[in-house]
Amino acid sequence: MKTLSIILTLLSLLASADSSYAQIAVRGNTVHTMAGESIQDGVIIIRDGKIVAVGKSSAIQIPPDAKVLTAQVVTPGLVDAHTAVGLSGSLNQNHDQDQFEKSNPVQPELRAIDAYNARELLVSWVRSFGVTTIHTGHAPGAVMTGQTLLAKTRGHSIQRDVMQSRCMIAATVGDLARGRDGKPPGTRSKVIALLRAQLIKANEYAEKMKPSEKPEDEDSEEKDRTPGRDLRLEALVPVLQGEVPLLVTTHRAHDILSAIRVAQEFQIKIVLDGAAEAYLVLEEIKKSGFPVILHPTMARSRGELENKSMETAALLKKAGIRFALQSGFESYVPKTRVILFEAGIAACYGLTSKEALASITIDAARILGIADRVGSIEVGKDADLALYDGDPLEYTSHCIGVLIDGEVVSELRR
Amino acid sequence: MGSLYFLLGLQAQIGSAHDEPSAWVGATIYPIDSPPVEDGVLLTRGGKIVAVGPRNSVQLPADVRRYDATGKVILPGLICTHIHIGQVSGADRSSPIQPEARALDSINVRNEGFQRAQAGGITTVNIMPGSGHLISGQTVYLKVKDARTLDDVVLRDDDGNILGGMKMANGTNSRRDPPFPGTRAKSASLVREAYIKAQEYKEKLARANGDKSKAPPRDLGLEALVEVLDKKRVVHHHTHRHDDIMTVLRLADEFDFRVVLHHVSDGWKVAQEIADAKAPCSIIVIDSPGGKEEAMNVDFKTGGVLEKAGVLVGFHTDDFITDSRLFLRSGALAVRAGMTREGALQGLTLAGAKMLDLDQKIGSLSEGKDADFILLSGDPLSVYTHVLETWIEGEKVFDRSRPEDRLFATGGQGASRDREDDNVCCSGWEKK
Repeated sequence: MKTLSIILTLLSLLASADSSYAQIAVRGNTVHTMAGESIQDGVIIIRDGKIVAVGKSSAIQIPPDAKVLTAQVVTPGLVDAHTAVGLSGSLNQNHDQDQFEKSNPVQPELRAIDAYNARELLVSWVRSFGVTTIHTGHAPGAVMTGQTLLAKTRGHSIQRDVMQSRCMIAATVGDLARGRDGKPPGTRSKVIALLRAQLIKANEYAEKMKPSEKPEDEDSEEKDRTPGRDLRLEALVPVLQGEVPLLVTTHRAHDILSAIRVAQEFQIKIVLDGAAEAYLVLEEIKKSGFPVILHPTMARSRGELENKSMETAALLKKAGIRFALQSGFESYVPKTRVILFEAGIAACYGLTSKEALASITIDAARILGIADRVGSIEVGKDADLALYDGDPLEYTSHCIGVLIDGEVVSELRR
Repeated sequence: MGSLYFLLGLQAQIGSAHDEPSAWVGATIYPIDSPPVEDGVLLTRGGKIVAVGPRNSVQLPADVRRYDATGKVILPGLICTHIHIGQVSGADRSSPIQPEARALDSINVRNEGFQRAQAGGITTVNIMPGSGHLISGQTVYLKVKDARTLDDVVLRDDDGNILGGMKMANGTNSRRDPPFPGTRAKSASLVREAYIKAQEYKEKLARANGDKSKAPPRDLGLEALVEVLDKKRVVHHHTHRHDDIMTVLRLADEFDFRVVLHHVSDGWKVAQEIADAKAPCSIIVIDSPGGKEEAMNVDFKTGGVLEKAGVLVGFHTDDFITDSRLFLRSGALAVRAGMTREGALQGLTLAGAKMLDLDQKIGSLSEGKDADFILLSGDPLSVYTHVLETWIEGEKVFDRSRPEDRLFATGGQGASRDREDDNVCCSGWEKK
């Protein structure tokens, strides 16, 4: 029986091989594997959605039945370390803006999977430039706005596309976290007080919810004292246990330090997000060990980003701080930025092209904890690839093809 | 006090220095109105261009100041036909039609936006009030020099009048609660009413024939609209959707005013109609579609499609919408989607000059024009290229090698503060 089921599985795999899961070979004059040196005249062999071989064309046999795609340059599918596409829709009307719910400053229980629209225009837009993985979800704007998720940009459905339904909890420290219309929190101190109070509460909740060490029916009164489920506090328990990081959007140097202070008090993991003034506190960030998901290079220099520099990525690199670039959240036009473009500008302002490319592929994947699956072209990884007709970062090059899990998902020339 | 004298002395020196002939030698030069020159020479004197050509074709005067520009690229100063630097404002919330509001009465010339524009190689701008009104006021054309007062930088006609256009908008930005229009038809009808009033006002003025006792009472708004009817003031019209574009063309035809279409997101859908109407287009290049309903179909291809249809195509930053430090990028992304390199470079320079009626003075590197030019580290349309220097009327206003200028090019601590007068180069002072 067992053998039969294996055979059936194999048969079904073979059957599907005719359509989307055929063997594919991708040839590139340059293949930026992002795992060691780039390969000139390289070949990547894909089977069942995974990379099964990669190397110089002279060393790799292309199976005769394989569909062959060629491009000047091949990179791993790009990984956008932080965006709001899929929740913040392109129309920018109330009905398609699900990235920020304003009724309460603390709502870590809001799940990104309950809002993610895999078929939103902007998901396909970023895909057409080579983005295959996005870390998206609730945008900054209040102390804790909700959860984030990881998805492939295939554009099918939440079930098929989501890699990880809960990646981080989005938090904000600084002006953006202030309540609107005179509602609390009204100051920086109050923002931090609220954040700490919430974490303390969640800690107490976790203690109370721990399964009793006594046999269950021995003391029913004890059981009565355990609180009912509280979605809000429950969402924070994995943060306190170090399983889920807080994604803290913060720009001012002193706010960055506040975020680190809270993280150290509760011994939780955070990822510094935005971090416009990171270059003023490089030592402190380095010492904390926390990674940075840097604002888009072209983010507008106003408000809390008034001191933003296009050279910050290069300074983080030089300081040895782990970082990735992001497209971020945009409230007007462009409704989303494109990390490919942001990396290009970062390369113009001090990063090497390779470092810039790493910030939107492997370095992003590492910070998001998915480097075992995406971010580089290596055997065993998901066959997510982006094909270009020239230097991917150059203004006048085009993305000419995108593969996700071995499936061609874009053939636009864009 | 001593240092003040020293400073003034220095300014005077620099001021006189630019009357001497200067030559940039060895660069690839794109004059725009003539073919590119390899290993070329740009010769200037007294703030004007004297000659452009291959190294051996340009005779250099004995007292020339030589700059080695080997390996560099020289373009005319970029012209941004639609920008919001200088903390500009125009109309207020009281009504949708306020042609009397003048941008020039609102501009802070020390605003850091001027520094960012210089860092992006922009030398002339059309500063516009916003698009939240059907008519939001009079725009102003100026040079992006470091100024003490607006008078140092505004452009004037031969009679001394400050130059500018009239900002108009349709589509969604100008739709609000009354007295603003609630629909597109209402928007058009309010504009028609305003221009009909202006026509009547103009007739009354004509009938009075200079007799003040017979002239109608002065009306600042109608006076400004009469300038539009007289074609002295070009309409700069925000418009995105294809049907809104057609509405602009219809109104321009009805009232016979000159119009430059701005943004023109759907322009690629009605390119032939735009070309037939001979309406120039100043387009914006945005990284993704949407953000509002009327920009859902904005596309990098617009520039190329319009160019092919025979439309005069320019670009604008709409700064803060796009960053004026990266203005060249707009042309490059248009090329990415099919525009010619020549068309894109012209769109960043001479086309803008034409849209502002300034092409006799600026927009290309040819004899007699203002010595407004930029020095680039490489190909103008490459992501890796930096603007190294920006020169206006023979004076350097931006130099990437100066830390105080570089700060504005890269951003960083203090880059969003008003320029302090200590950093002022000479442009405003020397005239005093």
